[in-house]
Amino acid sequence: MAIIKTENLTKSYGKSRGIINLNLKVNEGEFFGFIGPNGAGKSTTIRTLLGLISPTSGKAEIFGKDISSHKTEILSDIGYMPSEAVFYNRMKVKEVIEFSAKMRKKNCSAESEKLCERLALDTGKRIEELSLGNRKKVSIVCAVQHKPRLCILDEPTSGLDPLMQKEFFDILKELNSEGTTIFLSSHVLSEIQKNCSRTAIIKDGRIIATDSVENLSRTNAKRVTIHGINSLPENLNAKSVEKTSDYISFLYSDDIKKLLETASRLPVNDITITEPSLEEIFMHYYEKDGAEI
Amino acid sequence: MTVYIKEIKQSFKAWCIWTFAISFMLMMCVLIFPETKGQMESLNNVFANMGSFSSAFGLDELNFGELMGFYKTECGNTLGIGSGLFSALIGISALSAEEKEHTAEFLLTHPVSRFSVVMQKLLSVLTQIIFMNIVIIGIALLSSLIIGESFEMRPFFLMHMAYIIMQTEIACICFGISAFIRRGSVGAGLGIAVLFYFMNIISNITEKADFLKYITPYAYADSSSIISESRLEMNLICIGILISAFGILTAVLKYTKKDIL
Repeated sequence: MAIIKTENLTKSYGKSRGIINLNLKVNEGEFFGFIGPNGAGKSTTIRTLLGLISPTSGKAEIFGKDISSHKTEILSDIGYMPSEAVFYNRMKVKEVIEFSAKMRKKNCSAESEKLCERLALDTGKRIEELSLGNRKKVSIVCAVQHKPRLCILDEPTSGLDPLMQKEFFDILKELNSEGTTIFLSSHVLSEIQKNCSRTAIIKDGRIIATDSVENLSRTNAKRVTIHGINSLPENLNAKSVEKTSDYISFLYSDDIKKLLETASRLPVNDITITEPSLEEIFMHYYEKDGAEI
Repeated sequence: MTVYIKEIKQSFKAWCIWTFAISFMLMMCVLIFPETKGQMESLNNVFANMGSFSSAFGLDELNFGELMGFYKTECGNTLGIGSGLFSALIGISALSAEEKEHTAEFLLTHPVSRFSVVMQKLLSVLTQIIFMNIVIIGIALLSSLIIGESFEMRPFFLMHMAYIIMQTEIACICFGISAFIRRGSVGAGLGIAVLFYFMNIISNITEKADFLKYITPYAYADSSSIISESRLEMNLICIGILISAFGILTAVLKYTKKDIL
C-alpha cells in the first residue's frame, strides 16, 4: 500500500518555482530517502504534504486519504521533524513534549521518558537555554513519542553530534522495524545510502530519478584509481578526473579490456576499480547536461 | 483546549503587568478624589469655558464634584488608553506571533484544524479582556470603599460594559489583521489603538468629523450619555459588534487558507 502518493503535485510561489508535477510513491514500511540540494523543493514537498501550504495543482494522498480534506486525521498518525527545531522559548522541555502529546490526545509519558534518557535530554531546561543540538533532540522526541505510522524528517541531523546521529538512526530503524514508514529528506548522501531502501532525487522542483539505492548506484561506470601515474592516458575516455602527484582517479564507462591493455603499458604500482559512490551519481544528476554515466 | 491553555499560560505574565498597571492607576485616581473634591467646583467652571478642548475629552457634560463624574473622566481616560493598547497588542499578536517566532510549523503539524486554532486563540484573547476587567472593576469598587464614597451602580457598570465592548472590538479588528501579517505586529496594533483614540477626540472637537464616531469604538465607550442618561449608545455599539464579527470572520477565512512559510 502507498503511504504517500502524489500526482502531478505542483506548488508555485507567484513567479517563483516551488515544485513541478511531482509524482512520488512511498510504500508502507519503507525507509525512503529524498535527496536534493538546498532550494530543490524538498521542504516545499514536505510542507505541502503536511498541509502547511496548499498545492497550486495536482493532488497528494497520505494513508490513501486526500491531504486537503483529511488533514487532521492524517496528521494524527504522522511524526514530523522540521529542519529548524523551533519551539515556544519560555516553555520547559518537558512542557513542550507534554504539549505535543496532548495535542495528539495521547499519553506518551513512558515513551518520551525512554527517549529523553536515550538522547540524554535535560527536560527541566527552558527551550531558550538549549543549543541547536538539544533543540533537535526535543524535536526527535516530539516526532516519535506517539509511535507514528509515518515519520517525515526534514534535514534531521544538522546540529546533532555523531554519537547522537547514530542514536537517532537507531531509534528510526527500531521504529521502521515495527512498521513505521520513514521519509527522510536530506542532502547528506551517506545518510541516505546507509539507511534508505529507496530514494528519489529532486532537482529544480522536479523528481529526476526514483529507485532503490542499489539500482541508483548501479551503473556501467566504474571509479578507476591508478597509482604510479599522474596524467590521464590519451586514448581513455574518462570523466570526473582527479589527479594527485601519486595517482589518478576517474570514472570510466568504456571497454574494460581497453583500460587494462592501456594500464599494462604504464608504470602502474596499483589499480583499484570500484562502483561509484552515491555522491558521484548525485553530482552527475546535478550536472547541467545530466547525461547518464 | 490545549492551545487555549498554552495561550493563557504564555500570556499570564504580560496580563498581570498590564492589569496591575491599569488597576493601580485607577486606584490612585479614586484615592485622590476626596482631596480634589473641594476644588472641583472651580474646575467645573474652568472646563465649561474651555470650548472645544473640553468637548474633545468629554469634560463639558460631567460634574467633577461627584465621584461618578470624576471617575468617568479621569479613570475613563486611563482605562481607555491602557486597556485599548493591551487589547490591540493581544489581538494583533494572537496569530502573527506563531509565524514571527517560527512556531507555527510546530503547532500546525499536530492534528488540530486551523479553525480550531483560530477559535482557541480568540477565546484566549477574550478571556484575558474579561478577567482584566473583572480585576479592574473590583479594584475600583474597593477603592471607593476605602475613600468612603460609593459609585452610582448603573452608570458605573454601563461604563465598564461599554469599555469591555470597546476592548473586544479593538482586539477583534487587530485579530483579523493578525491573520495577514508576519512581522511588525506590535507597531501595527499600537498604531490602530492610538488612531481610534484620536479619531474620537477629533469627532468630539468638530461636527464635520462626526462620522468618525461610527468608526472608532472610543465613541461609545467615552459617551457622556452613560453618566448623564444612564444609557449606552446602542446604535454605535451595534456597529462595533458588526465590525468585531467582521474581524473574526476575516481571521478565520484568511488563516484557514494561509500558506505557512
